[in-house]
Amino acid sequence: MTFKLSITAFALMAAATAAHAEKTKFEYWYGLTGDLGAVVAETCSRFNASQADYEAVCVGQDGYDKAVQNTIAAFRAGKHPSLLQSFDAGTADLMLSGEFYPVTKLMADIGVTVDWADYFPGIANYYSSKSGEFFSMPWNSSTPVYYFNKDHFAKAGITEAPITWEGLEQALVALKDSGQACGLAYAPSSWIDLEQFSMVHNVPVASNNNGYDGLDTELLFNTTLHVKHMENMQRWLADGVAMMRTQAAGKTARDSFVEGECSVFFSSIADHNTVHTLTPTFAWDVQIIPTYEGVERTNSVVGGASLWVLSGKTEAEYKGAAAYLAFLATKEEQQFLLENSGYIPVTKSTYDALLAEGFYAKEPYINRDIAMKSLTWTEPTDLTRGIRLGGMIQIRAEWLAEVEAAFAGQKTMKEALDTAVSRGNEQLARFAKTYAGKSFP
Amino acid sequence: MRRAYFKFSWIAAALLAPQLLIVFVFFYWPSAQALYWAFTLEQPWGGGNTWVGFDNFRQVLSDPYYWSSVRVSVIYALATTVLAMSMALILAMFVDRQLAGYKAYRVAIIWPYAVAAPAVGLAFQFVFNPGAGLFSYINTIAPGWWDLSKYPWQAVTAIVIAGAWKQVAYSFIFFLAALQSIPRSLTEAAAMDGARPLRRMMDLQLPLLTPTFFFLLVINITDSFTDSFGIVDTLTGGGPFRATDLMVYKIYADGFRGFDYSGAAAQSIILMLLVMALTFVQFRYIERRVHYT
Repeated sequence: MTFKLSITAFALMAAATAAHAEKTKFEYWYGLTGDLGAVVAETCSRFNASQADYEAVCVGQDGYDKAVQNTIAAFRAGKHPSLLQSFDAGTADLMLSGEFYPVTKLMADIGVTVDWADYFPGIANYYSSKSGEFFSMPWNSSTPVYYFNKDHFAKAGITEAPITWEGLEQALVALKDSGQACGLAYAPSSWIDLEQFSMVHNVPVASNNNGYDGLDTELLFNTTLHVKHMENMQRWLADGVAMMRTQAAGKTARDSFVEGECSVFFSSIADHNTVHTLTPTFAWDVQIIPTYEGVERTNSVVGGASLWVLSGKTEAEYKGAAAYLAFLATKEEQQFLLENSGYIPVTKSTYDALLAEGFYAKEPYINRDIAMKSLTWTEPTDLTRGIRLGGMIQIRAEWLAEVEAAFAGQKTMKEALDTAVSRGNEQLARFAKTYAGKSFP
Repeated sequence: MRRAYFKFSWIAAALLAPQLLIVFVFFYWPSAQALYWAFTLEQPWGGGNTWVGFDNFRQVLSDPYYWSSVRVSVIYALATTVLAMSMALILAMFVDRQLAGYKAYRVAIIWPYAVAAPAVGLAFQFVFNPGAGLFSYINTIAPGWWDLSKYPWQAVTAIVIAGAWKQVAYSFIFFLAALQSIPRSLTEAAAMDGARPLRRMMDLQLPLLTPTFFFLLVINITDSFTDSFGIVDTLTGGGPFRATDLMVYKIYADGFRGFDYSGAAAQSIILMLLVMALTFVQFRYIERRVHYT
């Protein structure tokens, strides 16, 4: 019996060593789904085919939030992946836990040279520490824009897509006068209406430079231009130049736009590819998100997700993860992602090379790089580096629930935002207490 | 009542051990963990926690939105239970009376119980969606009248109907079994005495059904409190403005989505106590009226 067992064990060990000699496996859990999930899976097989030393085992987790949830559960059981694709709102806890391997350090330790200065500052600042060390590897990056129906605009006599909110309002009124029943397909989004809005207007979302400088942070968005903006949205809905278009209300903003029902909608540039694939029967284009007149525009920040290397893995797995990250950062792989999604390049050199090749002069990519214009409008200021708040997911949910209540006429917009702020502050206080004595690196 | 006594036996204990171990590992251990977390602030990625005593409970219970969540959970539980059980009873009576086509019908009606809650939610999206569902026909007559994103009562109605639809099957099986276990001789005797179907139902079948009725009441109420998550998630997402933010959905939103493990643990404890209290009340006051044969 004992003899048999030891033979089996030996055979197993031998098999494991043989497999080891072939390829080092490491796991990568990602959140993207649908077509985009297929793109991730494709990059993995491309990586595995490109070299003989490592094998990336890529597992889709059905959504960004589930990817983080599942990784936490796996981490607590010691069965987590080496790489995690995480969205911005999910990373405050990870940053403070310290259970990750900063990619700058990883690449230096493994000996992979990366030109970190090549990354666009609007992206780099978002994913790096105060000292400029990258926590995670930027990959699928986006920023918001608005999509507009060129035919509707021409019919209403609008020659240029406005880049101010005042101009957009005039355009929407002109559209209405031209007989267009639905101008703006509006769906409240804290990412666009609150976070990116505050970035491009250089106004704070929260104290401590949006949370970067400490955990004793309080929300400030009920005191800024954001209030006026949300009141305007409410007025637009009441005046009928904007219509509520959400899944719960029956149809999403994007569907309303693609079907030609509504003339304008706001979304991430990542939707550029999707809108194109849905083949609208009209001419359309994109424009950067507007600012209010008299405000000096600043840069918007990156959205999407980045790749985190988690702690507690073996040296060999880290080498594999580093190789995969380096692979993703190459121009070819960035271009592969760009061609199969609406995302934008993350490095200046790739962007310049694509421009030189005339990539953005061809359909369907024409004007997609308008996102770059928004992202690089200015160098990031203390308020436009990004947002670093604990409980961000609940804060977004509070904002949305309160804003919806205001749109339904249950309270004024100011009251709604005051409530969202005070409830959000409770979240921040809880977060600070959970991580007492720590601060963002 | 007669009581039976058994002598302690090591063999019995050994035979019970695997089952008890499973119960311990999958029920008591996680519950104990949740109880511990409820009194701390737990860092999601590990790395320690801080003891905060009753702070988590204080915070939850002093939140007016939490109380509206409790209220809507109670409304949901009662409404789905009443709706599901009465529908199930009516359908079971039909089948028991062997109306035309009852055999196909008996099988078909068991299916909904096998459908996962999120799938139920999705299916009802096609019914309730204001833009594309069956209810959108109402909107062609009265534009804007049906809008789940605007009117809380409509959203609550939608999840109650979806929830009840899912529960009907379970209650149906039990009601039917109970009806069929009523001796035919009783029914026949009643019929010979001139009792028509409705009278037989009121005086004979319903009284004999009370044990099943009571069992289903307890199970349905418990289920509506704890198993409503999937329906809410796919149908309303807790909206509009928290109107369908049931307790169990809030636990998911705070704990899993928002990484607030401790707050969610405290809410779980409160939910558990509430369900226990409700069950106690049912046993204390309703079971008295139940006649076991």
